[in-house]
Amino acid sequence: MKIVVCVKHVPDATAKRSFDAADHTVDRAGVDGLLSELDEYAVEEALTIAAAGDGEVVVLTVGPEQALDAARKSLQMGAHAAVHVVDDAVHGSDAFGTSLVLAKAVEKIGSDTSVDIVLCGMASTDGAMGVVPAMLAERLGLPQVTFAAEVTIDSTKVTARRDGDVATETVEATMPLVLSVTDQINEPRYPSFKGIMAAKKKTVETWSLADLGVDPSEVGLAASWTSVQEVAARPPRSHGEVVTDDGDGGRQLVEYLAGQKLI
Amino acid sequence: MSEILVLVDHVDGAVRKTTTELLTIARRLGEPSAVFVGAGIDAARETLAAYGADKIYILDSDALTDYLVVPQAEALAQLMASASPAAVLVPSTPEAREVAARLAVKTESGLITDAVDVQPGPDGSPLTTQSVFAGGFTVQASVTRGTPIVIVKPNSATPEQTAGAAVEETVDVVVSEGAKTAQVVKREPRTKSGRPELTEAAIVVSGGRGTGGDFSDVEALADALGAAVGASRAAVDSGWYPHSYQVGQTGKTVSPQLYVANGISGAIQHRAGMQTARTIVAVNKDAEAPIFELVDFGVVGDLKQVLPQATEEIARRKG
Ligand SMILES: Cc1cc2nc3c(=O)[nH]c(=O)nc-3n(C[C@H](O)[C@H](O)[C@H](O)COP(=O)(O)OP(=O)(O)OC[C@H]3O[C@@H](n4cnc5c(N)ncnc54)[C@H](O)[C@@H]3O)c2cc1C
Ligand SMILES: Nc1ncnc2c1ncn2[C@@H]1O[C@H](COP(=O)(O)O)[C@@H](O)[C@H]1O
Repeated sequence: MKIVVCVKHVPDATAKRSFDAADHTVDRAGVDGLLSELDEYAVEEALTIAAAGDGEVVVLTVGPEQALDAARKSLQMGAHAAVHVVDDAVHGSDAFGTSLVLAKAVEKIGSDTSVDIVLCGMASTDGAMGVVPAMLAERLGLPQVTFAAEVTIDSTKVTARRDGDVATETVEATMPLVLSVTDQINEPRYPSFKGIMAAKKKTVETWSLADLGVDPSEVGLAASWTSVQEVAARPPRSHGEVVTDDGDGGRQLVEYLAGQKLI
Repeated sequence: MSEILVLVDHVDGAVRKTTTELLTIARRLGEPSAVFVGAGIDAARETLAAYGADKIYILDSDALTDYLVVPQAEALAQLMASASPAAVLVPSTPEAREVAARLAVKTESGLITDAVDVQPGPDGSPLTTQSVFAGGFTVQASVTRGTPIVIVKPNSATPEQTAGAAVEETVDVVVSEGAKTAQVVKREPRTKSGRPELTEAAIVVSGGRGTGGDFSDVEALADALGAAVGASRAAVDSGWYPHSYQVGQTGKTVSPQLYVANGISGAIQHRAGMQTARTIVAVNKDAEAPIFELVDFGVVGDLKQVLPQATEEIARRKG
């Protein structure tokens, strides 16, 4: 079985994130980046599925030079090989551009032996659009089972539990398919020392848009189907009053709510 | 005036509040047409008309609800081709956002996710506001290609009643075999808590690790305030409260009038789900907890003392 896991390199959520002043794109140079934490769940799930059936896990990342770190970390966790698509023209791509590049790369990865599962995280922690997996499935013409909180695999049948807003659903589909998983599905492993050493010997292929046959004009900021007019830092919330409870904190709280006409 | 499609969010015909918000937004942009997928239109008709739907497209076919996402995206693409709307508004449920994603690729249309406000731009097309990076920035954007498709967050507008003609049109949907790939074999409705729904509630009272696993004080205060109950991921991961109540990046985003955080430290991922609340109040025994950076009012103290006293005080005032 061949599994491709799509992982994204994102600016650290706990660092001060910002936008490039010139073109309103996410500033990826100014802050430290890492493998999107939500994609660790996808890597972990891929490794579990692969371990059960002699499978191969290839990680795929699209992004600038630093994005290689995300692929590296996945290799350290245990993925077998990695593909890094890097090209200046990709800068500023939205979900349409990104999903196009991912789709072409998945097709290329599958050109020798076909891909059975394309695994994604539930959303990237920076863009948090959560739409790339659906777009990728649409482009690849594959079924999609997304936001899975639990997955079981029986030969080529995939059964997943989805915890929706109003109901819990059980969904069935057959491979090949695009699968995205939530942070409820597993506990991602930490790379072991052995894993870190082994990763050094694993292959990372670097592909450009030309390698994928993608015309640079189809991706990037200029090809974006949306345009950002304005970006503004939200004014910090003004500091309110903080009291220390010395026996009537609860009453003071209610007094405040009453004063704000909230009760 | 041009037609604006609104994908209706409903449970067996019970229209959710977000749909009335979307209809209200659609009215700003053009003539709202509700798109009702599935069974139960009899229960929905009145609400859709009351909130201004000039038209209701009814798409009722088992294929649309028995299989995930793809059939609905196909059906909506067909409807977009015949109705040529000026924009499509979609609620931000997981299912609807993916229908929107596929629809956008199919129709080569720009997609905007998680808008917290939508207004007509200079040319009449939607100008959206999004709140990004855990609410730290607001971004204004518009669609430059195809028909704007906008995923709208709950509480993005105050629903306004305006009678709409609600002319009904049953749409014959053609779903390809290729779309019937991921089948929903079982659907178990969630048990209702009897409290307001988390994403729709005017007040949310939530608890974190600081509850030590006992949510009774949090629930009692919530009930005194007529509020929904929320939880931090630490509380959910500990098995103290169901995941569907989690507030934050990987849970629900809430934007209530009042958010009361109890025993919650205020991690960035939690903030991402509640930072846009109108008023924020916190109870935490650690005066240095980051949640206090956000509050309009805070109490440094033990929630086990503060909450019961507050609940009692509310009861006393109500008499
Ligand atoms: C990718 C990712 C996604 C995440 N998504 C979410 C998300 O959606 N939602 C979310 O909430 N978190 C999320 N998290 C986790 C987040 O980083 C925090 O770990 C979590 O929010 C902490 O929960 P907490 O505030 O309840 O617990 P803690 O951080 O442990 O805080 C507990 C607080 O309770 C206080 N306290 C203890 N006892 C009492 C008492 N008796 N009375 C009053 N106060 C008391 C303590 O002073 C402390 O401030 C995510 C993390 C990652 C990496
Ligand atoms: N640049 C990228 N490279 C690889 N995978 C990506 C990229 N962007 C998004 N993905 C995948 O798509 C998922 C959802 O991303 P998003 O739609 O941006 O929230 C992520 O969890 C990844 O699995």
